[in-house]
Amino acid sequence: MTAYFIRRALFAVFVLWGAVTIVFLVLRLVPGDPAQLILGSDATQAEIAQLREQMGLNRPLAVQYGIYLGDVVRFDFGDSYRYHSDAMGLVTEKFPLTLQLAVVAMVIGLVLGVALGVLGALRVNRLADRIVSVFALLSQSMPSFWIGIMFILVFARQLHVLASGGHGGFDRLILPGVTLALPLVAVLIRLTRSGLLDVVHENYIQTARAKGLSERLVISQHAIRNALIPIVTVAGLEFGKLLGGAVIVETVFSWPGVGRLLIDSISARDYNVVQAAILLIAGGFVLINLVVDVLYGYLDPRIRLGR
Amino acid sequence: MDDPLLAVRDLTVRFRTRAGTVTAVDRVGFDLAEGETLAILGETGSGKSVTAQALMGLVPRPAGEVTGGRIVYAGTDLLTRPRSERRRLNGTDLAMVFQDPLSSLNPVFRVGAQIGELFRRRRGASRAEARRQAIELMDRVGIPAASRRVDDYPHQFSGGMRQRVMIAMAIALQPRVLIADEPTTALDVTVQAQVMALLAELKAEHRMAMILISHDLGVVAGVADRVMLMYAGRVVETGGLREVYETTGHPYTRGLMASIPALDGPRERLTPIKGSPPDLTRLSVSCPFQPRCDFATDVCGTERPELAPVPGRPGSHRAACHHAKEVAADVVPH
Repeated sequence: MTAYFIRRALFAVFVLWGAVTIVFLVLRLVPGDPAQLILGSDATQAEIAQLREQMGLNRPLAVQYGIYLGDVVRFDFGDSYRYHSDAMGLVTEKFPLTLQLAVVAMVIGLVLGVALGVLGALRVNRLADRIVSVFALLSQSMPSFWIGIMFILVFARQLHVLASGGHGGFDRLILPGVTLALPLVAVLIRLTRSGLLDVVHENYIQTARAKGLSERLVISQHAIRNALIPIVTVAGLEFGKLLGGAVIVETVFSWPGVGRLLIDSISARDYNVVQAAILLIAGGFVLINLVVDVLYGYLDPRIRLGR
Repeated sequence: MDDPLLAVRDLTVRFRTRAGTVTAVDRVGFDLAEGETLAILGETGSGKSVTAQALMGLVPRPAGEVTGGRIVYAGTDLLTRPRSERRRLNGTDLAMVFQDPLSSLNPVFRVGAQIGELFRRRRGASRAEARRQAIELMDRVGIPAASRRVDDYPHQFSGGMRQRVMIAMAIALQPRVLIADEPTTALDVTVQAQVMALLAELKAEHRMAMILISHDLGVVAGVADRVMLMYAGRVVETGGLREVYETTGHPYTRGLMASIPALDGPRERLTPIKGSPPDLTRLSVSCPFQPRCDFATDVCGTERPELAPVPGRPGSHRAACHHAKEVAADVVPH
């Protein structure tokens, strides 16, 4: 067990290093000079060159990378060029808002996805199942930014029941939460439905029926627990995607989370903030994966004891 | 004579498959008296397991469907009763032990919970009471250290012990009919005998009637009162164990007997039944066994034989063969 966690921790470090490295390189390959952007279009070449030297941007890429990694290892993520404050501090300040959105979307996704998936499996190939399947197809194929804009048009502009954006009370969470949740709902509907349909053909379901248990008990006790195993895995991975996917939804709904900060920082070539944000999101992803593994063992005793 | 506990008449089960409709069970009928053991024998695909599923109301829907016949249990035709009412008979009146105990136990629940569930859900027992009864039952079916193993999961048990768990679940509510579908097929040979002995013992203890489904004539010989052979969804021969084993009335039964090695006789080459079981989607008017039969004549290709008393044998011994008399008299054909 200890060896397993050590292996997992080493792997996590490797993943974070990979994420940081890729972001570091991509940012510097993209055209656009932070010094130019900070000083504005009136700045002279000499002024820009001077600022580049101050920021260390004139040094070879490998040296910049080495210095950056050295800082990161000491938990120094650099300062924001724009706000002149600790980059990671800026990100962690916004993180609870993104987490809030992701958790709301996750809850909506799990409740709606699993419930509709069970409904589809119980009424397979009947009307309810078809409606659920069409809903899943639509939820999956409509892009978030478009759904978000439609929601704003209908619920904010036309019906005036919900605010179009910003953060505040619970009501402001509904539209971005649902928008973020819809693709997840679609995935979980499909997974629950097909998983349950597979499980229902297992021999132990026949055993449960031979015991004289009602069909309701057969499904809710014997089938669901087995169908949940793949659902937990996927839901965990999807939660990681929600943290990243919030970027679009936060922009559409002016939600001041990490996603918005990330987009703004990319536009401003605020390298350190972008790197810190990606590192945090990747870290969240790794952590969730670990939680999923532990949950997985709880749901499936064969895995728990095999390890 | 009293009414039998279970009387099956003209039971027909059809399956829709991509290749067409298959009649998996074709007008099967038999009686089962209290305390009696009936063995249903046949190759894979002969319809014996589907017959068991039909009795338990477990024919997989929507592909499969009982399309005709009657299953009269204790005076009631089960096929006329609503599904939920039939379901409630499972466990208390009709119970079943399945072939593969590993896949037939739910992998994510402790065995104690799976046995105890019967007492909790069907008898309203408390969690503690159900657990106590589960331990008692596990002890009864010969699982060592039952009070410790009650909290183990199915994959932590050996094959034989898993089948004992299945048997414990089947007898938990003291059913009147126990259906055992190839209960020893997935087990080691040494364990097979132990499990069969346990089944026979429990049957006597609880005065249960038993339907033992098998493809192995040897397994059946020790416990069955009567045997019924199925081929291509139909009953081809039925009678008392000795009647059928000593003087077979159907070439298929003969073939099955010839493919078993004898421990005492001279060492001979085993004779397998030639050919393979028929494709049930392409059955014609002919006798389904005709292509594999040494006794076949012209009539076998034009007329499907019905189950009838074997000439010169006790009335309970019946076979579906135009040449039953020759087969029984052991006349070498042609």
